[in-house]
Amino acid sequence: MGYIIDGLREAFHLIVSLDPDVMEITALSLVVSLTATCVATAIALPVGTAVKFTDFPGKKVLINLIQTLYSLPTVIVGLLVFLLITRHGSLGFTGLLFTPQAMILAQTILILPIMTGLTISALSGVDETIRDTIVSLGATRLQFLTSIVREARFAIFAAVAVGFGRAISEVGAAILVGGNIAHRTRVLTTAISLNTSQWEIGTSIALGILLLAIALVVNTGVSLFQQR
Amino acid sequence: MIEIEHVSKNFGKKIVLKDVNATVRAGEIFAIIGPSGSGKSTLLRMINLLETPDGGHITLDGTDIRAGPGLTLDIRRKMAMVFQKPAAFDENVYDNIAIGLRMRHVPETEIKKKISDVLEVIGLSGYEKQRAKTLSGGEMQRVALARAMATDPAVLLMDEPTANLDPVATGAIEELVLRINREFGQTVVISTHDMLQGQRLAHRIGVLMNGIFSQVGTPREVFALPKNKDVARFVGIENIFSGRIARISGGVAEIESDGTVINAVTPLPAGTSVCACIKPEDITLHLVDGSQTSARNVLDGRVARMTAFGSVTRLVVECGIPFSVLITWKSAEEMGIAEGKPVKISFKASAVHVVEDTEVRRP
Repeated sequence: MGYIIDGLREAFHLIVSLDPDVMEITALSLVVSLTATCVATAIALPVGTAVKFTDFPGKKVLINLIQTLYSLPTVIVGLLVFLLITRHGSLGFTGLLFTPQAMILAQTILILPIMTGLTISALSGVDETIRDTIVSLGATRLQFLTSIVREARFAIFAAVAVGFGRAISEVGAAILVGGNIAHRTRVLTTAISLNTSQWEIGTSIALGILLLAIALVVNTGVSLFQQR
Repeated sequence: MIEIEHVSKNFGKKIVLKDVNATVRAGEIFAIIGPSGSGKSTLLRMINLLETPDGGHITLDGTDIRAGPGLTLDIRRKMAMVFQKPAAFDENVYDNIAIGLRMRHVPETEIKKKISDVLEVIGLSGYEKQRAKTLSGGEMQRVALARAMATDPAVLLMDEPTANLDPVATGAIEELVLRINREFGQTVVISTHDMLQGQRLAHRIGVLMNGIFSQVGTPREVFALPKNKDVARFVGIENIFSGRIARISGGVAEIESDGTVINAVTPLPAGTSVCACIKPEDITLHLVDGSQTSARNVLDGRVARMTAFGSVTRLVVECGIPFSVLITWKSAEEMGIAEGKPVKISFKASAVHVVEDTEVRRP
């Protein structure tokens, strides 16, 4: 048990002293996952809206597929992106391998399905009378869509938070395409993985606490927004 | 103002509207009444272009509302609709009412003035900042009405706006509908399954049954002179007896119904299959040894059932055929009315409304 106490003590020290390495890793985690979440939102919101409000053959199958991909394993996404951007891959020329950009790409792909799917659910959750009211008030197509999205904003925001949570907590893709290179691509999850295997328990616990703290801040933010 | 011509609508195999014809005049309150599932909402939704008719036309001020896709928005913006379920946008009251005006790009200063005016009308002044979702159902429905009114619609459509409200909130909405009609000359088409509401609000009523308007007329016409058995039953005439005019003597028809003879005034000839409709309030109850009556119809019977019915007592008097009769609690007490007691009932021949029975049981 002593090693846990020691680890906690060291973790406390690392956090309170704003250890530069720990802070750098945390910052990169936030930058990568926030960017991935923004990119995914920019895609998921219009795509989800389009899927929800257009009729086309195979719509049900597509929604089913999107929902299946909610549980897309992170290492599979990592592997796919790795194969794409490796020196011999079709995007090899971009030189993205082992860069934060590669991690952003992988995390974006990882969270796109769940964010698109939850956007569709959020829009479906808008009361039918409200939908009728918007049309009845004489909305143009664009006014209709923006009004519905506005009405579903809390649920959509929750979808964004879920996406961010999945992005910042994943380790498989980040380690495969980022490589966990110190001061370049090391993020909270990959650092915890490495430090734990090297018996750097204190650092791992410190990083773990920070990861949980981020999750806590995001969740609290979402609840506050929804209760507003 | 609105012409509805030969409108029909099916949902799959289910025929909802067969051949609906009606005219709504400018400045009137037109009530569509009918039982649940009779297509009232569907008809309103078709007027508001939320539903497409399978056949027929609807015109608004002479323009076919389906004249072309380019017109849809223009036509729709001339109307406003309040729906059955009270629903509010997840915004404050001000933004809830502003939404239709913002869609029309009305300047914000004008919106502000409009909203303060309509809030005054609906009695929710000072509620601007309140989140609409925290309002009661009745208040939410008033906000919905304000939202609709704010756009200055030529026609206000209301789809059973009080069906989900308690009696007090219902009263408030009814009061508002009457007021905006009277003060602003607002044309209103309102659907309701509550025939009394139709009677309270409407200048004219259309009774929608079996896919058509069975009757269109003033509340008085519809309630006093229902055109057929279904309308009579729907408007709450409890005593409806099928029979045949056996003979006419001295301008009075003798209608035979299951062995009982009812005297009535009708222009229909002898031999016609008819329904005799008698309102419970037109029937007088007497004790067997009681006073004489000048009424043409006097029948002996026995009290079969007594039930409380609001402020009065509703009796079923078995006279060969069962009559519903209303008397006050006090009278019932004074007369010592009890189940099984022999009584007489009387009603005038002119109190019997006779309609031709179109669905005669053929042997």
